[in-house]
Amino acid sequence: MKKSFLFNAVISGLLIAVFQIHVPEISLADTLHVRESADTLHVRESADTLHVQESADTLHVRESADTLHVQESADTLHVQDAAQTDISAERNHGFRIPVGEITLMTHDSFSISADVVKKFEVQNNAKIIFLKAGDAGEALNKAILSKNNPLADVFYGVDNTFLSRALKHNIFISYTSPMLSEIDDNLKLDPENRLLPVDFGDVCLNYDKKWFAQRNIPPPTMLEDLVKPRYKGLLIIQNPATSSPGLAFLLTTISRFGEFDSLDFWKKLKANDILITSGWKEAYWGKFSAASDGDRPIVVSYASSPAAEVHFADKKLDDAHLDDAHLDDAPTAAVTDNGSAFRQIEFAGILKGSKNMELARKLMDFLLSRTFQEDIPLQMFMFPANKNASLPEVFEKHAVITPEPASLAPEEISGKRELWIENWTELML
Amino acid sequence: MDSLCPRFSLIKKPVLFTALVPLVFLLVFYFYPLGGIFIRSFMDHGDFSLTRLLKVFNSPRMAGIVTFTFWQASLSTLMTLCAALPCAWVMGSFDFRGKKLIMTLATLPFVLPTIVVASAFQALLGKGGIMAAMFPFYDGGLEGSLGAILLAHVFYNFSIVLRVTSGFLSSMGKDISQAGSMLGASPLQVFIKVVLPVLMPAITGASLLVFIFCFSSFGVVMILGGPAFSTIEVEIYRQAAHLFNLPVAAMLCLLQVLFNFLMMWLYASLQVKAAQFLPKAEGAGLKKPVSILQKLMVGLCTLFIIIFCTLPIAGLFLESLWHNGGPSLIYYRELFFNTSGSIFYISPVDAVFNSLLFALAALCMSLVTGGCAAYFIRYSNGRIGDFFDSLFMLPLSTSAVTLGFGIIITLDKPPLNLRTSLFLIPILHTLVAFPFVVRVLLPALRAIPSSLKDAAVIMGASPFRVWMHVELPIIARALSVGAIFAFTISLGEFGATLFAARPEFATLPVTIYKFLGQPGTMNRGQAMALSSILMLVTAAAFILMETVREKAGHNGF
Repeated sequence: MKKSFLFNAVISGLLIAVFQIHVPEISLADTLHVRESADTLHVRESADTLHVQESADTLHVRESADTLHVQESADTLHVQDAAQTDISAERNHGFRIPVGEITLMTHDSFSISADVVKKFEVQNNAKIIFLKAGDAGEALNKAILSKNNPLADVFYGVDNTFLSRALKHNIFISYTSPMLSEIDDNLKLDPENRLLPVDFGDVCLNYDKKWFAQRNIPPPTMLEDLVKPRYKGLLIIQNPATSSPGLAFLLTTISRFGEFDSLDFWKKLKANDILITSGWKEAYWGKFSAASDGDRPIVVSYASSPAAEVHFADKKLDDAHLDDAHLDDAPTAAVTDNGSAFRQIEFAGILKGSKNMELARKLMDFLLSRTFQEDIPLQMFMFPANKNASLPEVFEKHAVITPEPASLAPEEISGKRELWIENWTELML
Repeated sequence: MDSLCPRFSLIKKPVLFTALVPLVFLLVFYFYPLGGIFIRSFMDHGDFSLTRLLKVFNSPRMAGIVTFTFWQASLSTLMTLCAALPCAWVMGSFDFRGKKLIMTLATLPFVLPTIVVASAFQALLGKGGIMAAMFPFYDGGLEGSLGAILLAHVFYNFSIVLRVTSGFLSSMGKDISQAGSMLGASPLQVFIKVVLPVLMPAITGASLLVFIFCFSSFGVVMILGGPAFSTIEVEIYRQAAHLFNLPVAAMLCLLQVLFNFLMMWLYASLQVKAAQFLPKAEGAGLKKPVSILQKLMVGLCTLFIIIFCTLPIAGLFLESLWHNGGPSLIYYRELFFNTSGSIFYISPVDAVFNSLLFALAALCMSLVTGGCAAYFIRYSNGRIGDFFDSLFMLPLSTSAVTLGFGIIITLDKPPLNLRTSLFLIPILHTLVAFPFVVRVLLPALRAIPSSLKDAAVIMGASPFRVWMHVELPIIARALSVGAIFAFTISLGEFGATLFAARPEFATLPVTIYKFLGQPGTMNRGQAMALSSILMLVTAAAFILMETVREKAGHNGF
């Protein structure tokens, strides 16, 4: 039986080769050899192996199962519903499928689902290569330094505190993506569209709910509360010179009280015995009473952190795959009202000198599409910039988006950031 | 420094060619990128102005940072010596059951990521920690203080002094000290007048390593000390990564490199002429503790190492095995599932494999590079030797951020398009690890009297045979100490691994950091589980390496 199929396949291959006829659809079981097929070739349900040599313009394959060999196929190759083994075989064993490569450079905190990556790769016959280049500041600096010989095609993860630096060094190409119509207008900060908003998150106070409940103390509701004697020795913040949530919190106070009065506020904070750490990890995992052996119940973190606490709460293996089957109460809560949360917006853009503009544009569109946007919350614990993207249940329940976040113009931040940090350092350290 | 007949040594000249290996390595992977970023920072950077630079350097804050850097490094080195030397003496003099295990335990802290150690210290020494609960007079005051920095430095560097010194001591043999005793010296006199002078090169070499490490300390100062403390290294990171003030960062980096070069050069030229002795085959100098006093010393030393090195570690293990108020393996099991479906998920097996692969590569490269460097220094003219000795130590104290930026702008074209290459990881690890091998190997090489080799040469042995049968057995112990450290440095290294930035080749420390990047108890638990796995893998590798060496040693090596 197998032999007859093989024979059939070879014959049809030869037919195609010799007569250059258009074959609309082939449905085969075992093996199919195609040489020099004409304009378009459709294959449905080929089972074990498919060999194609020099297929012409377009080749459509549906549900190919195990292995797929293609040599010198022409312009486009569409594969639909290719089984998982197929894709991995092609990847791991280097079978020659015409694949474009696109490199996405980003920071350490970036994450994306494997399924979502695969969707883009299958749609565009391309492979995404990821480069993680340190924290947000470091990654951007590396992109700037490699301006003349870029490391990647697309950069993801410039936030609004770094926006001006990125634009000043002129490393991004303007691209007005058709997907921009779906993006929240409040997040668009570059009128020339060199950097497009992809996600956002609010930096704010988080507190340990149990700690306050046990002592019958009301948790803080605004920045002004923090200087009250009742909250003495309870707060942990991060150094704005070395931590991005730390900087965001400094900017919150400047936005709330103004450049000069905020220093007064910081003086009072200092008198109220706050603890300063270098970065978010030390603060959260080292000092925060809800997450470590530390004894302080208020920390600067994100408005989505309580949702992350619930999502990554201890759970039994059995229900691990039942995506947040039990949405318990979060152990922590975020304070976002009264201008006490700073909106951090993350942008992406095409790097100048990208050798694959077509694909780079497609990747930008993809980053703004619902497919990727809906993946953002549970991968990075940020909010999608696309208005049509729906949020996972755990976000709906435990993460808040404040209608009036604190914010400052990027130009103002970049112009005065060094001065503000210097003043702060002098006062606080 | 050759004693008897320097000109007669037939193996002298070709040895000098060995300098090419470390020199080319440093030139390509260190001086070229560093020079590139310096030039770019000072010449190319649009907003560079000398006045602004001077303003930064004249500020009292900067003066404070430089002073603090020196001060904490000296203090840390002194404290490490105080803690480790007595233990090293016991370990280098006596042989007892469980010694290998104790030595392994003492080296484990070396591989742990700082953030994990900080968390363990918090549990032990913080305000709500175990110590504060046990001892009423202790109020958790170590938290975020100079004390925490010093303690962490001793914790990390203890094993450097311990391993280097005890390794040297155990190859020294008893006959020298026995001769002293026979001539009527008291044990104390023997120790001060005989043992200590012979041991000095090993002690100073180890102290130098510890000093340089503490001098360019980054994670410990940043995480355990908090923002109130800043070393030059931390300031470079702040300037380069966050303020993007490259001229200042480059200037500071240059300053740091110069400081270290001068210090090394001073050390190398002031170094007392090393005493030469006939080294014994490994372990010949060891004896079993017999008297009560000796047993007491061994007991106290073991107890100290267990309390000091394993208490924080034990906390991590317990935490990784404790879930919802009972023992559980859930964190370990969960490591094997890609619960979030992320493309960057890496199974613990793969992470262990990646880590071991890089560590093995770094070990081989460090041994070759460091071995060649040590031979060259040993057999070159005093002054030239001192110069290169200082030069080879520079990578130890160079800011990772600055070097990273340098690599981005220099190693970007074929044939050296290494910016995102996997080879960059072991290369960067080797840069930090090979100076270790040099420091450890050099005292051993210098202790070999050239008469020993000359005798073999005269009797007709080829240079290779002389090396194989005379030198190698003698330096084997030092080589293995160097190998262990090269391996450990690579296993625990974090900055360089992150730099090469290919997430699919994540190592254990990188994966641990990834878990700690987001809130949630599962993340913390899995980070602790992975840290425990990292320590277990390290311990297993140590024991394997020691066993292989012992086996090889019995077969004549």
